[in-house]
Amino acid sequence: MFDLTPDEWTAVRLSLRIAIVATVVALPFGVAVAWLLARKDFWGKALLDGIVHLPLVLPPVVTGYLLLISFGRRGAIGAFLAEQFGIVFSFRWTGAALACGVMGFPLLVRAIRLSIEAIDRKLEDAASTLGANRAFVFLTVTLPLSVPGIIAGMVLCFAKALGEFGATITFVSNIPGETQTISAAIYTYTQIPGADAAAARLVIVAIVISLIALIASEWLARRAGTRLHGG
Amino acid sequence: MLAVDVEKRLGDFAVRATFEAADGVTALFGPSGSGKTSIVNMIAGLIRPDRGRIRCGGRIVFDSASRHDEPPHRRRFGYVFQDGRLFPHMTVVRNLDYGRRMRGLARDEGEHERIVNLLDIGGLLERRPGKLSGGERQRVAIGRALLMRPDLLLLDEPLASLDTARKREIFPYLLRLRDETAVPMVYVSHNAGEVRRIATTVVRVEAGRVTGIGGTELLEMNGDAL
Repeated sequence: MFDLTPDEWTAVRLSLRIAIVATVVALPFGVAVAWLLARKDFWGKALLDGIVHLPLVLPPVVTGYLLLISFGRRGAIGAFLAEQFGIVFSFRWTGAALACGVMGFPLLVRAIRLSIEAIDRKLEDAASTLGANRAFVFLTVTLPLSVPGIIAGMVLCFAKALGEFGATITFVSNIPGETQTISAAIYTYTQIPGADAAAARLVIVAIVISLIALIASEWLARRAGTRLHGG
Repeated sequence: MLAVDVEKRLGDFAVRATFEAADGVTALFGPSGSGKTSIVNMIAGLIRPDRGRIRCGGRIVFDSASRHDEPPHRRRFGYVFQDGRLFPHMTVVRNLDYGRRMRGLARDEGEHERIVNLLDIGGLLERRPGKLSGGERQRVAIGRALLMRPDLLLLDEPLASLDTARKREIFPYLLRLRDETAVPMVYVSHNAGEVRRIATTVVRVEAGRVTGIGGTELLEMNGDAL
């Protein structure tokens, strides 16, 4: 039963690519927003916090719809990016990655923010008395000490991206080979009579990938923990 | 020479401190909660005074009148905190080297060795702060502050978190520091015994005010009860 058909492989590869790209591209933004929320007071902070968390509470279909009207070909941002940089999201795998990144973003930010908040600010003060300017305080103290949170956030974001369905299918549809991820493929196979085995195979693949990601993150977090605290 | 004239309101508590400190060791002496740490934090640039002026040698690091406020990383004041504050993710040697690297100074092997020997921390270099005893940690913290080649060394109750045996272990190093380095020091303590042995000038601080500046005779007036 475990011979995946070429179509199923395509969905698996596409899912991995989308989830990895979504997580990696979201990461620097996630770190920046997490740091702002954890360490800075500014006008509109509550608003930023709210916007970041919106995908967590909105129905995914609504998020997908909002992406469609803003990043679609006729959307304000989508048209601008297509004209200026040739970046097109609608009905492309890049759009799926965008949808997945947006959906995973709150989880990413939350994990990193918590770990930054847990860092003793006194260490950052100490670094500044030793001659480190703000950028170096961040790079040499804050960032390395928040690595466990960054790992946790990346795994959550990756898992969310892998499982994302509603926003993706609303924004970029369900096109085999372009936007049909594992989740969308499983959904499709359950709608086709006689494709139960294909759906089951992809379900197993999804479980295996998720477990591997979880185990890898545990291992990385433990390594980072011993590196940080000299165990 | 350090000249401090600052005012700062912290909630219900107000600190108003004016003093000058000659070279050698200036002790800020007073009971816990009298505002000594706040004064040192203002000198270091970690707290911004509401009003006043701080000058070190010929250099003005803070002046509210001309809105001049040098950030801590440009003040070049080494700071030894009560709680050490070593970076947990770096080995001892990387902690020691941190200030020099951040300031972009060339490595001076002779000085490094001299300070490592002065503080007897040569055997700890590859360890992580989590594996050090309280006394060792504080010695490394002193070394770290010295190796950034500070114009002034601030020590905020460097012995307060240690037990009596550890205090006895560290104190001789502080005396050697005073006698063997030319860096002026501001030494915060509530312990009259410590201050008597190390200070060249005593600044007595009570309830946020400076109530006396002079020699160690200032310690007698309040007894050792402080």
